[in-house]
Amino acid sequence: MARRSSSEAVAWLLFSAGGMASALLVPVLLLFFGVVFPLGLLAAPDHTYILAVLRHPLTRVVLFALCVLALMHWAHRFRYTLFDGLQLKRLRTPINLLCYLGAAIGSLWAAIVLFG
Amino acid sequence: MTTSDARLYRPRASRFWWLHRRSYLLFVLRELSSVFVAWFVVYLLLLVTSVHRGSGSYQRFLEWSGLPWVLVLNIVALAFVLLHAITWFNLAPKAIVVRAAGRQVPPRSVAAAHFTAWALASAVVAWIVLGGL
Amino acid sequence: MPDTITLQVTRYRPEAGAPTLQEYQVPFREEWAVLDGLNYIKDQIDGTLSFRWSCRMGICGSCGMTVNGDPALTCGTFLSDYAPGPVRVEPLANFPVIRDLVVEIDDFMRKLPKVKPWLVRDEEPAVADLEFLQTPAELDAYKQFSMCINCMLCYAACPVYAIEPDFLGPAAIALAQRYNLDSRDQGAHQRLDVLATADGVWACTYVGECTNACPKGVDPAGAIQRYKLTAATRTLRSFLLPRAAR
Repeated sequence: MARRSSSEAVAWLLFSAGGMASALLVPVLLLFFGVVFPLGLLAAPDHTYILAVLRHPLTRVVLFALCVLALMHWAHRFRYTLFDGLQLKRLRTPINLLCYLGAAIGSLWAAIVLFG
Repeated sequence: MTTSDARLYRPRASRFWWLHRRSYLLFVLRELSSVFVAWFVVYLLLLVTSVHRGSGSYQRFLEWSGLPWVLVLNIVALAFVLLHAITWFNLAPKAIVVRAAGRQVPPRSVAAAHFTAWALASAVVAWIVLGGL
Repeated sequence: MPDTITLQVTRYRPEAGAPTLQEYQVPFREEWAVLDGLNYIKDQIDGTLSFRWSCRMGICGSCGMTVNGDPALTCGTFLSDYAPGPVRVEPLANFPVIRDLVVEIDDFMRKLPKVKPWLVRDEEPAVADLEFLQTPAELDAYKQFSMCINCMLCYAACPVYAIEPDFLGPAAIALAQRYNLDSRDQGAHQRLDVLATADGVWACTYVGECTNACPKGVDPAGAIQRYKLTAATRTLRSFLLPRAAR
């Protein structure tokens, strides 16, 4: 089977982009919105402010890109975790479908939430 | 040399091979971090939805995020996401090999550039989140 | 220092059922490697023990085995590191066992030529023109990957290879890179079709154990990661711009 795989190439590039984007942005966002604000260590931004920030086109685009890329990162990494970790490579096609379908649905949800 | 296949002993890989060595376990934990990255996307979209629905809805989201199980989940998620970020930036120099003026840019510089970018991005986001705009 | 140390060695004969461990007491000499212990067994105790070895100095790649669970060259692994013992010596992992500590390496032998591990030129030059000039910087670009002695410890360490025997594997890809990055080589495009496949670089998930196991510092994991970027961009380019791909 000596044929280069375009789909794996694209999958890996998306995985890499998603890995980079999520590594740069997710820790700080999760730190604040997942830990610091819920614990009350600092006051969460008030509604008017955060709504204004989220309405800004740049914020929408950046967050959308982050969501899509992060989901693509998950799809690729998770399917290989199933192939190797649980030795489910014989279910390769359904697993691929599930992972990328999940990423697509998540991306659609992100588009609706951020731009709808 | 031909060896009759039936006479070869072929050991089977254990289903739990990743528990057999510390380095394998660390590898699997790193890979599982992707699940928590996906969780973050879900959490973010829930947050944004609540903001769009009005200040009451946003308040309810903040309260929900303070529930013990959500908090614990997010603390665990944060640990995994940090594992992802740190291993990612440390491994980036292996994939990104830059040759300039006939010499290779030292891998440590490539890694340092990534960590610097991480610090800067985090600072900018923190500033925005804490009301800087 | 005790006089002797126990070696627990895998014995396997196809007609005698599953592999077993047999214990031998060998002299505990400070300068002895595990291979010296095995040769003592074969010479003095049990001539039926079978194992491969050759140079005794870590350059031929023949004596790879599993020592206390880790892939190792037995000529470069010392008994004193395992004192007081016992030292468990098993066949190299992830390869079928022919007999005792001897494994079948046909799979690697089949895969290696697929990556064309030799200088590929667009046109074969005449013998008189066969001298290529290379600067130290150009040598530097691939030298690390040329250190591979084909010992296959990396295959023994790789969990992906354990699960997916079709995976090309660390050494084969590192050796492909050794030639891809050689300024005298023009064959990168040909190797792409073998490397940029689902069983090539894309099967690797960067566990990194191959690099840990390598006795010559080749860093096959690094070679693979670097090639992933090359493979991805080249595959896309040839997909989007088929004629411009060369």
